[in-house]
Amino acid sequence: MSLNELTIAAARDALTKGEVTSVEITEACLTAIEGAGALNAFCAKTPEIALAQAGAADARIKAGDAPAMCGIPLGIKDLFCTKGVASQAASRILEGFKPEYESTVTQNLWDAGAVMLGKLSMDEFAMGSSNETACYGPVVNPWRRGNDETPLTPGGSSGGSASAVAADLCLGATGTDTGGSIRQPAAFTGIVGIKPTYGRVSRWGVIAFASSLDQAGPMTKTVRDAAIMLGAMASVDAKDSTSADIPVPDFEAALTGDIRGKKIGIPREYRMDGMPAEIEKLWAEGTAMLKDAGAEIVDISLPHTKYALPAYYVIAPAEASSNLARYDGVRYGHRAKLGAGDGIVEMYEKTRAEGFGAEVQRRIMVGTYVLSAGFYDAYYNRARRVRALIKRDFDLAFEAGIDAILTPATPSSAFGLGEMQDADPVEMYLNDVFTVTVNLAGLPGISVPVGLDAKGLPMGLQLIGRPWAEGDLLNHAYVLEKAAGFAAKPGRWW
Amino acid sequence: MSIDIDTARKVAHLARIAVPETELPKLAEQLSGILTFMEQLNEVDVEGIEPMTSVTPMRLKRRADVVTDGGYQDKILKNAPDAREGFFAVPKVVE
Repeated sequence: MSLNELTIAAARDALTKGEVTSVEITEACLTAIEGAGALNAFCAKTPEIALAQAGAADARIKAGDAPAMCGIPLGIKDLFCTKGVASQAASRILEGFKPEYESTVTQNLWDAGAVMLGKLSMDEFAMGSSNETACYGPVVNPWRRGNDETPLTPGGSSGGSASAVAADLCLGATGTDTGGSIRQPAAFTGIVGIKPTYGRVSRWGVIAFASSLDQAGPMTKTVRDAAIMLGAMASVDAKDSTSADIPVPDFEAALTGDIRGKKIGIPREYRMDGMPAEIEKLWAEGTAMLKDAGAEIVDISLPHTKYALPAYYVIAPAEASSNLARYDGVRYGHRAKLGAGDGIVEMYEKTRAEGFGAEVQRRIMVGTYVLSAGFYDAYYNRARRVRALIKRDFDLAFEAGIDAILTPATPSSAFGLGEMQDADPVEMYLNDVFTVTVNLAGLPGISVPVGLDAKGLPMGLQLIGRPWAEGDLLNHAYVLEKAAGFAAKPGRWW
Repeated sequence: MSIDIDTARKVAHLARIAVPETELPKLAEQLSGILTFMEQLNEVDVEGIEPMTSVTPMRLKRRADVVTDGGYQDKILKNAPDAREGFFAVPKVVE
């Protein structure tokens, strides 16, 4: 086994015992990254920072001062501001932007001794489900349909993170999730991804998409790794007014593997028309695995599920149109070349037309429309009221004693790059159908790889937990992971 | 709700995004499609339901109204496409 293939937990144990150094693991990752240009996962490489951090981590480990993430090489989604290192949300409009500050999440990771290998590509401003809206060109999924060489999407928006973890270019990666952007790519690449409860992880220094929905989380090879890395990312942060004043527990300690007597809800509304038989079968198998582990299976109803996507596609663009107003060519990033006589309005309009890609422009304009005079009540306020009902559905289920909810993670396995090119924008939005409810309700959700489909591609299931109960949720995921025994890896072609 | 070309032009301007006249029909069509999708929300009975403002029931944190940060003008200006004499520079705003 090459060192870049280690899990975070295995690397931690080997580092603590002195069997390996962080510099050695980091070098193995840097070599793997160099050999994986075809995946297009990394948009900025930082080998010098990585080796310096790895050296410092080794000194810390030697001195006996080693937190769990000490010496672990990671990839960082391009949405996180990293001091002095390009951070451009995969958008042309932030071309050349090098933040003068560090996001709270990445600072927490570096304080814990983690190592930065570089920045990972994503859909522009985290808007997309296929990584095809990145200004760096699409990321490629390391998985293929058997011997078929068609390049597949790793999903989105955290597609670079998913591809890099699945291809063992790093031990773990940060992701962010506004409507499913951690869980959908995790499912498409056979890895684990958790979106924590809204407010668990600081949003400070994470380039904003939709502030009431955005939440960062880890993308890892195993559930245990997700527990370790989430513990290092999470904190109570005075710089984020929505960061909750709730202490961060030891998530790894929650992995007991015992879910006897727990109640698992199976929501009937998630059985969609036209759902592939393989996804339905996987869901039934996952249900049986949890039942075999001693959990009680309960049929539940979340009646407003069908309205989650339309509500999301009002609320998220509305917030995005406000958040992205700051990209005006004045303070950072791209400014269009102006013609004679062009004033400041032309500067704004040309800069934003050149800097934003088609999907981002579309969402800003949808958001502008639903917030405009005369439509605010009909669209935006109605969507926020429907959002309250969606959250109430979950509240009632949890009040009735449900501990976790099991659903499919995605409506299909990974599709081919370009296959959705001529589709209506709304068709692409359907990728989020199982994940978006969780963001609207602010709940923690995790995607766990459970099996392969007939094409040989990974498929995942999603578990949804009670607010602030990530430990319990991770424990359910741990049981599912063990029962599924998913050990498949993509064959190396890159 | 169908968006016509004039509305698409108006929305693009409100969003401060230059959209060429030739692309307005396609934009209008796409925006109409998305808005039609949103119209499903009209089926929901929202009588008596307050619009959600915060997903976790919590009061936003407060702090003393004092200066806690600042004093690094050079850092603020460092990424600006055009900065002069300690200011952001933009095309002439007032005639």
